[in-house]
Amino acid sequence: MSITPQTEPLAKIKSKQIRELLKTGKRIDGRELDAYRPITIETGVIGKAEGSATVSLGNTKVLVGIKVETGSPNSDTPNTGVLTVNAELLPLAHAIFEPGPPDENSIELARVVDRGIRESKAVDLEKLIIVPGKLAYVVFVDIYILNHDGNLVDASALAAIAALMNTKIPKIVVGEDGEPKKTEEFKPLPIQDCPIPVTIAKIGGSLLVDPVLEEENMASAKITITITKNGNICAIQKSGPGTFTLDEIVEAEKTARRKAEEIREKILSSAGG
Amino acid sequence: METVKRKLIDENGLRVDGRRPDELRPIKMKVGLLANADGSAYIEQGKSKIIVAVYGPREVHPKHIGLPDRAIIRCRYHMAPFSTTERKSPAPSRREIELSKIIREALEPVIFSEYYPRSMIDIFIEVLQSDGGTRCAGITAASLALADAGIPLKDLVAACAVGKVDGQLVVDLNDEEDKEGEADMPLAYIPAFNAASLLQMDGQLTEEEFFKALEMGKKACLKIYEMQKQALKERYLKIKESVEAGEENQEA
Amino acid sequence: MPLHVEHKQLVVPGELLAEGDYLPGDNTYMASGKIYSQRVGLAEVKGKKVSVVALKGPYIPKVGDLVIGQVVGITLGGWLVDINSPYTAILSVPDAIGKPFSPELGPLAKILSIGDTIIAKVIAFDRTRDPSLTIKGRGLGKMEGDVVVDLAPTKIPRLIGRKGSMITMIKKLTGCEIVVGQNGKVLIRGRNPKMVELVIGAIRMVEEQAHIPGLTDRIRAYIEQGKQG
Repeated sequence: MSITPQTEPLAKIKSKQIRELLKTGKRIDGRELDAYRPITIETGVIGKAEGSATVSLGNTKVLVGIKVETGSPNSDTPNTGVLTVNAELLPLAHAIFEPGPPDENSIELARVVDRGIRESKAVDLEKLIIVPGKLAYVVFVDIYILNHDGNLVDASALAAIAALMNTKIPKIVVGEDGEPKKTEEFKPLPIQDCPIPVTIAKIGGSLLVDPVLEEENMASAKITITITKNGNICAIQKSGPGTFTLDEIVEAEKTARRKAEEIREKILSSAGG
Repeated sequence: METVKRKLIDENGLRVDGRRPDELRPIKMKVGLLANADGSAYIEQGKSKIIVAVYGPREVHPKHIGLPDRAIIRCRYHMAPFSTTERKSPAPSRREIELSKIIREALEPVIFSEYYPRSMIDIFIEVLQSDGGTRCAGITAASLALADAGIPLKDLVAACAVGKVDGQLVVDLNDEEDKEGEADMPLAYIPAFNAASLLQMDGQLTEEEFFKALEMGKKACLKIYEMQKQALKERYLKIKESVEAGEENQEA
Repeated sequence: MPLHVEHKQLVVPGELLAEGDYLPGDNTYMASGKIYSQRVGLAEVKGKKVSVVALKGPYIPKVGDLVIGQVVGITLGGWLVDINSPYTAILSVPDAIGKPFSPELGPLAKILSIGDTIIAKVIAFDRTRDPSLTIKGRGLGKMEGDVVVDLAPTKIPRLIGRKGSMITMIKKLTGCEIVVGQNGKVLIRGRNPKMVELVIGAIRMVEEQAHIPGLTDRIRAYIEQGKQG
């Protein structure tokens, strides 16, 4: 069951300050409404994982590890590989996070990141089948939130795509006897897109890109729009107890496309691809 | 061997169930059918069947989850094990958990929750049969159940999904169109705000298609909104008619 | 400036009632100069004021309300009473027996135990705390062996009628004693079970037909027919 969350009380002085600044088109950290915080990406940080990356988006820090195993394909897609995305809001990431099974926020986060990757066909799952109907590569994308300062979706998705582009899987050949055999060779995961989500928060009548935690706590709602490399929209998620007018949605989409371009360049240059 | 995919739009531009692209499935709405709940509603949209009960505002338990200045909303979207072709486990799936959250967020904006501090309003959505569009139909019915419970609202929330099948934008996808199509965009719309309280999309749409889909979605939601208003009034109008008919008979 | 509804018209949440120089009344809200309904109910236009008489809704206590409640718990200083509201009411000992609690009284359960029905008055209530009741006063206190019937709190005024006309008529025709709680509970006391049944029937008619004019006459006819049969 989903329950109205307890809101972290924001000092009235702070929220007033944020609103006043927004009227002049500025934010508390000096950014423009449509500016991202500095992004740093590092790949291959966890040697034991088949792929990994950390992304820092301002103070938000996310680590994604990719494990690739073999297993049965899903019954409704017997001829494709399997992709599964999970997210953990670690207790070390924020004072309010408690250890326990994934709550609705980590589930929503994982599913939105999954949608971006899956609907853009970023990972070519058709190339990940080994024995049709019987054996496939299973790609586990595990999102580990290390520090929460807002906009976990964008940071997680960027880390995920950087990690996937960085992932090497063992080559498995199917012998004449029909038996799969693992070789000593490795090959990169078949990647064919670079989906970039852009999250925009709404405070009053202003739309802000890449909200920090304080802005998220004040926002009435957020919208994440994921853009593929050829400019299509492959995922949208409105989140939060507020609303967006249709005009605001149109404006958000246009901003998202613009920013996605910029950010994709960053990813491709640091993560290779 | 490759199976040939069924064409979802035929030569006449009609869909697998004979509908035009902008046509809704047949919709039936009923209000106030559960005696114990404070408010209730039932909706059939094509083959999807959903029932919603609202309890509240009522005492909040446990006390510490209550808020001092408003009611909290608890929302559960759940699918019956027999609602899908393959039996679904009764345990809440990740999808149901995500949908419970976004459905709550779709309804919260219209509820005057500040009227009932330190209390809770429960919304229970049960999908009895699933054939696509259940989160939207659930929101549509939940609005009716909230109104039926007498909870003050700014407006009703009407919801409908727009999708793309065989390259064509269509409204109110059924299950086959959702599974085999190229995009699915559920939308919940509040006419009083001219705003969306739920918007999701998975698949692929160009910017142009997206903007067109928003317009189609708004139009579809407005049609559903008219049906919601009618369903709320119907209950009372029916009683009025039978009483007035009874009086006429007496006079005659 | 336009009024969009007629007096007694059935309206639903979000329905535009009026705009311009009209004033928003009960169960309506104003946005951008327009007045909308918040609930399902009947529009009421009195001069420049537009309200909605809700057909259904929760009972929110008001100081001074007469309520019929059920004891659901005993605390150190009194009792917890269910008054059919999102807020459980508190009845403290001094408001029940007129003097502060002392051990010689014995356990509180001797005075009022769980399951007892009481007629009480709301003496305090605001947004920050639960309602407080008193049973000191004429006609208040513990009730035994009476029938309690539910009626939607929003329809209680209809049962009472203008200046008490409806309830007075029902009492007169049936000879029953009736205590109407604002919280949607009605207590009926009568020696003739047939008359008590007629009162219950009348209350059911109010529940179903409160929104249809001519109710008073229909109830009078119903009771008189019932008395003959």
